Amino acid sequence: MLLEVRDLHVEFRTRDGVAKAVNGVTYSVDEGETLAVLGESGSGKSVTAQAVMGILDTPPGRITSGEILFQGEDLLKYKEEERRKVRGAKMAMIFQDALSSLNPVLSVGAQLGEMFTVHRGMSRKDARAKAIELMDRVRIPGAAARVGDYPHQFSGGMRQRIMIAMALALEPALIIADEPTTALDVTVQAQVMDLLAELQRELSMGLILITHDLGVVADVADRIAVMYAGRIVESAPVHDIYKAPAHPYTKGLLESIPRLDQKGQELYAIKGLPPNLMNIPPGCAFNPRCPFAQDICRAEVPPLAEVDEDRRSACFFWRETLDAAASSGGPRA
Amino acid sequence: MPEPMPPEPHISGGDRAAEDGAIAATGLDGTMDLAAQEGESLEKRLDAPESGPEGKPRSLWSDAWRDLRRNPVFIISGLAILFLVFISLWPGSIASGNPLQCDLSKAQEGSQPGAPFGYNGQGCNVYTRTVYGARVSVTVGVCATLGVAILGSVLGGLAGFFGGAGDAVLSRITDIFFAIPVVLGGLVLLSVVTSSTVWPVIGFMVLLGWPQISRIARGSVITTRQNDYVQAARALGASNSRMLLRHIMPNAIAPVIVVATIALGTYISLEATLSYLGVGLKPPTVSWGIDISSASQYIRTAPHALLWPAGALAVTVLAFIMLGDAVRDALDPKLR
Repeated sequence: MLLEVRDLHVEFRTRDGVAKAVNGVTYSVDEGETLAVLGESGSGKSVTAQAVMGILDTPPGRITSGEILFQGEDLLKYKEEERRKVRGAKMAMIFQDALSSLNPVLSVGAQLGEMFTVHRGMSRKDARAKAIELMDRVRIPGAAARVGDYPHQFSGGMRQRIMIAMALALEPALIIADEPTTALDVTVQAQVMDLLAELQRELSMGLILITHDLGVVADVADRIAVMYAGRIVESAPVHDIYKAPAHPYTKGLLESIPRLDQKGQELYAIKGLPPNLMNIPPGCAFNPRCPFAQDICRAEVPPLAEVDEDRRSACFFWRETLDAAASSGGPRA
Repeated sequence: MPEPMPPEPHISGGDRAAEDGAIAATGLDGTMDLAAQEGESLEKRLDAPESGPEGKPRSLWSDAWRDLRRNPVFIISGLAILFLVFISLWPGSIASGNPLQCDLSKAQEGSQPGAPFGYNGQGCNVYTRTVYGARVSVTVGVCATLGVAILGSVLGGLAGFFGGAGDAVLSRITDIFFAIPVVLGGLVLLSVVTSSTVWPVIGFMVLLGWPQISRIARGSVITTRQNDYVQAARALGASNSRMLLRHIMPNAIAPVIVVATIALGTYISLEATLSYLGVGLKPPTVSWGIDISSASQYIRTAPHALLWPAGALAVTVLAFIMLGDAVRDALDPKLR
């Protein structure tokens, strides 16, 4: 296993109290595998990723317990200096907004080249040649001519390609992409996702794709982990989830996707709001919004139950949910 | 594709061909080719009116320089400052004679050949003294500004970047310094100094001036630190020093430059103030402040001896403040 996150807890101490952003997340990614982490804003998906990368702002953030095993070693036991050497070289991250993720006063060539001068100790000239090579690889037309250009001179899609190039520069074993296509046009989104998926296959990297776009997930992910209020509520191979969700929250998410045959009708929405992380409801965090909630849901936290070999659901009634989905033919059948 | 490929009048045939060649060279599949090309050409169209004829990369600094060159305020103040720097380096080139050689028999005489500004109460040539006085003013202004900018941005930058206890302590120290009235502080501190060089005065200005820059640098670094690209650099394994020096400072330094440029003028006038009060520079140093101070006794009988150094001082301070203003206009993205 390339990366295993085990029972990770992260909290933020704020003036108003302690916000429990991540409450026992467990997931894993293998080499060459794509794990999509799905969830609403504030579900803890980005915070988990930041904890894995070691770029959580501490304080106010704090990892209270858990393990992050990367290639068998617990990163949380590393010293900051050792951790820094892992970042960029062995694991890298792609951010949502490529314009703000690139330094406006440095040319893209300088920023790409920096990866090689810093981590590999290359000369500036060699690093520049490498930068051009990378830009070619992510299909930036006329790379050699554009290596000296600044980020604002590129279009949104091109900038995201450059971010991808930076992340891939040292051929890391793991890439975390935090909503890499959210800031892009739909047509460009597809190109960027295709490029990312292709490079991932080529280098057989593990990819954690953080998103709330179910459409993107269906195309590229191998497995899905759905997060809610800092917990994994369902994890399963991508096709199983789309066929029949085993958690009411997943079901709600899938039903709220706009569909062509519903033209003119009101869109389905999950009732209520995501919980306040400073005051997570007792029992199952989803119970106030769940149409199937029973007394037990308000009293006990449901464990991540085994649905089948590689599928888990944190719902007491996953069987019923699954059956309901199967009998109605599934939300997307 | 959402948009058909339109004909592009902005792009010359040569450009187009070069671009096509570059794309062909990368050897991509057809769809990608088209998409990439479209993105590219769209962007070229948007960039075309703005980028220079050579299509040179534009950055904040090159943009600012372009703006400055077209700004008459910058040109006027820049020329005035160049002239000032020139006469402070080579005062002998436009003024003959020694500013310290005075002839009491000519005291308070008016304008005459060889002494266009007349003579002061001690019979010194006002023109020569005014020209030679520029050196001290420029030296004090530039050195104090450099010292303040370096000390202030280093301390403020570190405090803003690392935060925590060090930041809290530094912020309170700056508060303490803000509470010291400059003139009063100068009277107290500089009155015990016996040296007649410019260095105690410069040292005093740096001591009282750095908190202002430090505060601005701290705020600017905190704002810049929160940018995604700093987080991105961290995620790609950049060390603290690299993040601070390469990713934060170049993006955070603009406000410091602006304030420092404007402050330069005020340091020059502060030197004159302190010299006037008798705690700044002391004779035989030639300084506008000293001359203003001594000429004020003869203001009824020989006003020219006061007006020329005072005028030179006013013009110099104005030039630096105008320069600072022009630099601010050029560097402030909100004014674009």
